[in-house]
Amino acid sequence: MFGTIKNWGLKESITLLRILIGWHFLYEGIIKMYNPEWTSFGYLATAQGPFSSIFTALANEPYIGAADILNKFALVFVGITFLLGIFEKAGALVAIGLLLLYYLAHPPFPGLDQIKVEGAYWFVNKNLIELVACMVIYQFPTAKYFGLQYLFDRKKETTKSEAL
Amino acid sequence: MKWTRRDVIKSLGGLPILGTVWWAGASAGLITGKKRSEILEQLNIQASLPPVLPPIEGNPIRVGIIGFGIRGEQLCRSLGFATKEWLQEMEEAVKADPNRTDLKDFMNQEKLNVKLVAVCDIFDKRAQKVIDSFSTQENPVTRYKTHQELIRSGSVDAVIIATPDHWHAPMAIDALENNVSVYLEKPMTHTVEETYRLKEAAGRSKGKFMVGHQHRQTLSFITAKDIIKKGTLGHVSIIQTNTNRNDDNGAWNYDIEKEASEQTIDWEQFLGSAPKIPFNKDHFFRWRKWWAYGSGLSGDLLTHDYDRLNCVMEMGIPDSVMASGGIYTHNDGRNVPDVLQVNMEYPNFSTGSSQEKGKEKGMNFTYSATLGNAFDRPTIIMGHDATMELGNQLTIWPDNSSTKYAALLEAGKANPSTPIYQYNPGANVPDAISSATSQYFADKGLMWTYYDGARMDPTFLHLREWLSSIRNNTRLSCGIKEGFEEAISAHMAGLSYKLGRRIDWDHSTQKIKTLEGINFDEVLLGSIVY
Repeated sequence: MFGTIKNWGLKESITLLRILIGWHFLYEGIIKMYNPEWTSFGYLATAQGPFSSIFTALANEPYIGAADILNKFALVFVGITFLLGIFEKAGALVAIGLLLLYYLAHPPFPGLDQIKVEGAYWFVNKNLIELVACMVIYQFPTAKYFGLQYLFDRKKETTKSEAL
Repeated sequence: MKWTRRDVIKSLGGLPILGTVWWAGASAGLITGKKRSEILEQLNIQASLPPVLPPIEGNPIRVGIIGFGIRGEQLCRSLGFATKEWLQEMEEAVKADPNRTDLKDFMNQEKLNVKLVAVCDIFDKRAQKVIDSFSTQENPVTRYKTHQELIRSGSVDAVIIATPDHWHAPMAIDALENNVSVYLEKPMTHTVEETYRLKEAAGRSKGKFMVGHQHRQTLSFITAKDIIKKGTLGHVSIIQTNTNRNDDNGAWNYDIEKEASEQTIDWEQFLGSAPKIPFNKDHFFRWRKWWAYGSGLSGDLLTHDYDRLNCVMEMGIPDSVMASGGIYTHNDGRNVPDVLQVNMEYPNFSTGSSQEKGKEKGMNFTYSATLGNAFDRPTIIMGHDATMELGNQLTIWPDNSSTKYAALLEAGKANPSTPIYQYNPGANVPDAISSATSQYFADKGLMWTYYDGARMDPTFLHLREWLSSIRNNTRLSCGIKEGFEEAISAHMAGLSYKLGRRIDWDHSTQKIKTLEGINFDEVLLGSIVY
């Protein structure tokens, strides 16, 4: 699908990046979707940093239910668009929005408690890096090389050439 | 249009990846959910709310406060009366730290149908503080010089007693004999003898008697009771509970107020039954440090832990008690210990058993206290099948050798290092198979005591229960029975510490077994450690 190593270029790397991020989002979304007891209450209630009051407010009724549902569906949406290679730009925008919220809810700023993190971070953490990766995916669409978009583009081309 | 294999892979290659990830996520999510529900079903713990109290209707209940020191002021606040000084202090505190909720919580507290009508405090400054803050033209507050005058004034239906320990029983008995209801701070009594007199007085009185162990209102304890009753932990062989403090306030070295003098304090009245000594500010403000007025770790702080556990387990008075300790951190003239270990034996107590007959009896209650270290040692109840950490949250871990959970453990559905149940009154659902994250949330003390979704002060709830009982004759969660068990158990611990001997309880006569040549009350009140 990606050709030989010799042919491996930027296009292939970004396609792989898109697949991996899609994989990550989809798994995160699905595991929550199929566990009826899952809630983002704890994550929101312990929010820190300059926007913590907004997130802690979201942890309460009546917002918590909507926050849970939106989070799950947004994760799955990003996963589907990235993995199938369709509407990837919309997917990338949703992903950027989600990651920005995750980053701001528990920002790795000095002086704040780092809750349940496996590494050491100073302003930059994996959420932020994944966010920037999604910016690349937005700016460099690859669905036309690998994904349903390829199918549509090919169809269009065929139709065009047949018309000629 | 011609399709090559390459076209199919390039356009639909994402589909099998999507399917695989979806399947993996769905099965992981479902397994977690199934594990949870299977364990929760087996545990069948009811996180229930306490019964709803009938409203306190009719004329406001007229309350008098006896003793307006640190605790008396807190009790009045829970009753709905905050001093001007406190309100001002809190307003400033909120300005400095907008996250402080003390003032907001006080303002949002439900208003009780009470009138504060009388005060008795032997320190002029404190009595005046009550008058200045709460006395109005419509609702004047009268100061009485003695508790006898206050009780007999005919102006009070009920009194709150928050005095040094040696005044607890004399005041409570006097009030009850005059059919005035009593809310009495812990420990219930200061000597063994007066414990029996108070029990009789409470039995005869038309007044309602409540001991101020407000933690009986903590929601998690009500659930913990259900956990024990259902045999979730199996046969409990040991309870470990602790006091860990390492600051002046915790070691009872309270502030000495500059207005204190022989002119502003009725020293004779303060001493009461205590040995006659000259005026001493240290003794007045820091009375908890001397056996003559206070009860040391065994009466002051063991009683908290004992009653917490007695509320959950209902184990009553132990068959025997052994204690030891000393003054190892605060060599400041005190005669009560600042380190204490107490072992209470319950050879016949049972919480049920999952094993064959003959393995269901016997428990030891261990209390360990220090005023020289504040590391947070939790309260742990250890059973054959599981261990429970008891606090505002509850956490239960299965035991590796449990009989009851053997099948779950064997199937890998539970393991000893992961809680099988976690209860958090602030969260929406009880949490079985908790993650490290929710553990963290629990440890952080994020979850408060909620009643019907509102954050509550247990002292307010305890007072409300007492007031409701005065008006509606409803049941009290910490009445004379519970108070009697608390006081006797604490006195046995104090006696054992001082005598260096085992103190036995006689269940048939309901008396502490005598020791030849020893007067228990003299030992309790004296400063000698044998």
